[in-house]
Amino acid sequence: MGRYILNRVFIATPLLLIISFLTFVLINLSPLDPAEVVLQAQGVPKITDELIVQTKEELGMDQPFIIRYFDWLIASLQLDFGDSYVTGKPVWSLIAPAFLNSFKLTFVSSVVIIIMSILIGVICALKEGKLADKSVRGISFFLTAMPSYWLASILIWYVSVKLNLLPTSGMDSYKSYILPVIIITVSYAGIYFRNVRSSMISNLNEDYVLYCRACGIPEKKITVHILRNSLQVSISIFGMSIPIILGSTVVIENVFAWPGLGSLSVKAILSRDFPIIQAYVLILAAAFVLFNTVSDIINAAMNPRIRNDL
Amino acid sequence: MRMLNNLIKDKLAIVSLIVIIAIIIGGLFAPLVAPHDPNEIKMSLRYASPSWEHLLGNDHLGRCILSRIIYGIRPSVLWVLFALCISVLIGAVLGFLAGYFKGKVDAFIMRICDIMLSFPGYVMTLAIVSVLGVGLENILIASILVKWAWFARVIRTSVMKYSELEYVKFSKASGISDMKIIYKHLVPVTFSDIAVISSSSIGSMILQISGFSFLGLGIQAPNAEWGMMLNEAREVMFTRPELMLAPGLAIVIVVSAFNFSLMPSK
Repeated sequence: MGRYILNRVFIATPLLLIISFLTFVLINLSPLDPAEVVLQAQGVPKITDELIVQTKEELGMDQPFIIRYFDWLIASLQLDFGDSYVTGKPVWSLIAPAFLNSFKLTFVSSVVIIIMSILIGVICALKEGKLADKSVRGISFFLTAMPSYWLASILIWYVSVKLNLLPTSGMDSYKSYILPVIIITVSYAGIYFRNVRSSMISNLNEDYVLYCRACGIPEKKITVHILRNSLQVSISIFGMSIPIILGSTVVIENVFAWPGLGSLSVKAILSRDFPIIQAYVLILAAAFVLFNTVSDIINAAMNPRIRNDL
Repeated sequence: MRMLNNLIKDKLAIVSLIVIIAIIIGGLFAPLVAPHDPNEIKMSLRYASPSWEHLLGNDHLGRCILSRIIYGIRPSVLWVLFALCISVLIGAVLGFLAGYFKGKVDAFIMRICDIMLSFPGYVMTLAIVSVLGVGLENILIASILVKWAWFARVIRTSVMKYSELEYVKFSKASGISDMKIIYKHLVPVTFSDIAVISSSSIGSMILQISGFSFLGLGIQAPNAEWGMMLNEAREVMFTRPELMLAPGLAIVIVVSAFNFSLMPSK
């Protein structure tokens, strides 16, 4: 087991390095001159060549590419992502609270998603082919075809404006969580419950289930056995889903004016605030790799057969 | 042919297919189908409710909503299909190279795929858009760049499965050129796999791209696009919630039509 973890971490490290390099290259591919962006953002009335050269020096843009990359990488490791072009504040002071807010939303949603998909998946698997199973699958099919921001707007209009039950936007109390969590759950649980359902069904046909039945073990106990085996598959999917949800709450955060990464990054893109975008991409990609690695390790801990796969 | 037979048996799939074809034709011939000019502003008709002249009513600038929905098919559906085809094509070429030649080529292509897939899709799209700037074409380019790696990987698996078959081995042994084997023996058998893989992501791609337009990162005003129309409707959501209805339903209908037409082949 220890070797597996070491191996997995060993693979993740170069991947992180490559990702950081690609992030840096990508942002530097931009046809816009960062110095010009900074000057425009600060509202300098007349941008002269002199001013551009001066700003470049301030930003360290006159250095060769590779040196800039390593400077940036080392600074990033110390959580120093530079200053925002637009507001001039350190990026970390903007991105850290936003990350925390997004993470809170993602975490609560993931917990609800996991509970709902397991619950619905198990019910559907046990009632396979019956009305409950069919209608749940039909509804989920329809719900996954809905744009989440549309559903969100409709719910805001109905629940928050017409019935005046919940806040329309922002992040003030636990009430603010309810609507965004519902929307995120609808769009993901509709996919994940199918994984739980199909792995439950394939487990139902295994020999050990037949054996248990033959021995006269009560159905409830058998269900627990099946559940434990089929949840293994689901764990890796859920592990993967956390960073995916974290990255794709962009739209939902914008609809609900949630002060998270999604709102921050869209604002940064529209105003071409590159340091923020760079930090956003790097942090999320790192989170993605990290969660992947952790979910692989958890899986290996639960299922010894996987450990030799590497 | 077997796929077609299966399709005919399934009524839901047939209805979905008809809907899809109607939408595609409507989008292609939008100037002929649409009753009005989608960008014609008539301030006297602001927020007018549906009438025989304007079947779905008018928006905040008095533009005909039905015409805007019909013109919106082009960016919301047709361009997305086009982007999907290109990204499947890239994925197919690389997938065939990796799956057929194996060895170093395979390892190289798969490592690139690994790196591409280690970025979450949304984040990658946002990053590319931030470099290229906002606009529909940039969103499409970004989604092509994000999606190909996934297609390459799935197509590779499919190619590997078939290239182990006896008749392919026999063709290799009898000295037929690699290009000919791929073209004559592998493309036809893997084609249905590729069709299923690519069509299963149409729905999510349409949703994603309209989502970016909704955020204001995609197509720019005054062009009609469904996500964009929802974005415009959102501003008057509290006073005129009915404006959200038409574009939203259009997306739901298209995406579920694409999803349902796939059901029998799954």
